[in-house]
Amino acid sequence: MQPLIDWVVSLQIPFVTEPVARFISHIILASIVAVVAPAMLIVLTWLERKIIARIQDRIGPNRAGPFGLLQAFADMIKMFTKEDITPAKADRVVYNIAPGLAVISAILVFAVIPFAPGFIGADLNVAVLYIIGIGGLGTLAILMAGWASNNKYALLGGFRVVAMMLTYEIPMVLALTVVTLAAGSMSMMTIVEAQSSMWYIISMPLAFIIFFFSGVAETGRSPFDLVEAESEIIAGFHTEYSGIKFGMFMIGEYVHMFALAFLTAVLFLGGWQVPFIDVGPAGPLGPIFGPLVGFISLIIKVFLFVFIMMWMRGTLPRFRIDHLQDLGWKFLVPVSILLLIAVAVVVRLFAPGSSTVEPGPLSGLGPVGEIVALLVTNVVVAAIALFAVSRAARRSRSKGLRAISAVDGVPAK
Amino acid sequence: MPFDPSTFDPSQIPFVQTAFWVLTACAIGGAIGVVSSPNLFHSALYLILSLFGVSGYYVLLSAGFLAVVQLVIYVGAIAILILFAIMFARRLMGYGEGQSNHQWWLSLPVAAILFFVLLGVINSVNWPVSGAEPTEDSVMQLGLAFLGSYLIPFEVVSILLSVALIGAIFLAREKTEAEEAQ
Repeated sequence: MQPLIDWVVSLQIPFVTEPVARFISHIILASIVAVVAPAMLIVLTWLERKIIARIQDRIGPNRAGPFGLLQAFADMIKMFTKEDITPAKADRVVYNIAPGLAVISAILVFAVIPFAPGFIGADLNVAVLYIIGIGGLGTLAILMAGWASNNKYALLGGFRVVAMMLTYEIPMVLALTVVTLAAGSMSMMTIVEAQSSMWYIISMPLAFIIFFFSGVAETGRSPFDLVEAESEIIAGFHTEYSGIKFGMFMIGEYVHMFALAFLTAVLFLGGWQVPFIDVGPAGPLGPIFGPLVGFISLIIKVFLFVFIMMWMRGTLPRFRIDHLQDLGWKFLVPVSILLLIAVAVVVRLFAPGSSTVEPGPLSGLGPVGEIVALLVTNVVVAAIALFAVSRAARRSRSKGLRAISAVDGVPAK
Repeated sequence: MPFDPSTFDPSQIPFVQTAFWVLTACAIGGAIGVVSSPNLFHSALYLILSLFGVSGYYVLLSAGFLAVVQLVIYVGAIAILILFAIMFARRLMGYGEGQSNHQWWLSLPVAAILFFVLLGVINSVNWPVSGAEPTEDSVMQLGLAFLGSYLIPFEVVSILLSVALIGAIFLAREKTEAEEAQ
């Protein structure tokens, strides 16, 4: 940030003093993020089509350009030039705002993502809460689209979105709270730095699983794409949308997915951290090269999660709506509450003392002890949860068997 | 007065004041939209705009935590639930129903009296202004206050909310056949 401000000042444009230069620099960087994130749509759609084609034993796009790379451009041009239809009975204003809001809500997440050491849009001390607040905007956009289209199927899609988002927001928030507790801060920078000794995916695998699954559910992608289940409700909330407005929803979905991959990498895979190497400006790699290596490491992690999401889409069947609600309310929510309580106790036991809090009774064991304790806690909570689920499944299965045998007149065993 | 570039200092552009007036336009414009819109769904959307404006005020007051909590709770949860309720309860594109009925004149004096009472209070109170810098780590301060000096009110509110939650579930759940028979 500071080098850019200095450079803008050194251009000696009239009236551009230091505060104005700061303002201009922020706008430049924000524009880069806001343009590059949606532009990734081109890469991501190509990647998704290729990966899913390979999973399904096909080749995928391979005609337009080398490896079919130009296919995404052709799709974009098609989308831009298609006729833009607004249904006669639609609510015009709301109908037109909704696609824009869907994209905005996804892009806003990038404001708090630390891309490299010292390189972050806004290091809010409430970044974690901010992400949740922005997520609500995405829900709102889909709800608006579903209502304004004045179409039964679109409205059903809107209902499903709200039901799903409300369900999966809770485990997501609780998993984020677990991370916040372990890092002792809601600032993204601090959360990344707190993982310098151990990434949270290793010390808290259960929190990672809860966060990632509920995050994928929030993006509304397969296997959680009931919102647009084509065999049931045509295309859900975007049934009536065509041309570039439909394109905006698509951009929104892919940016959302990209943002989720960034968030997961930052919160659980140590963000720009590289194992055993200090990539900070003061590290052995120098002030320019170090952060660059950090950025590349973050991008690799991000594409790992992007790949996992595409893999899930290619291999898992869609959830039924009651299964989806069961998974959310009867499994993820109780497990994340249990995990939150357990992690809170562990963090308190190992808390190093400060001016306001006295040290925890086990703080003598140091950070290694805390990592081991967190891991054990996670594994124990996961084991309890799986045991409870298997018992519940057995009970419901035997109940079903009893019902069948009652119908057949054969006494149940 | 002719514009003199040599004395013009762009750092004097009142960004904060500009932001304040934009937010005020959002908050008050949204509030007017809520009560004047003929369509209930639009009213709810205006409500969200208004709440956004209020959240912006908190940012200007350096209360980032409150600003974001305002977004999470009011926009992310309450407004969406209101929209949801409207979508379930109303005829979907219900235009022209209006929000007032034939008793509107009864509420007029009540609203007017409330307005003047509030105006009088706002004018008579000497609003204290603290010269102190806003605290950097307001989240930490809030946490310590909730679990320190305000522990009992905090827990009482928690119990109240839990009771409301459980009560809502109890009222809304499906009755079993045995209960229906009673």
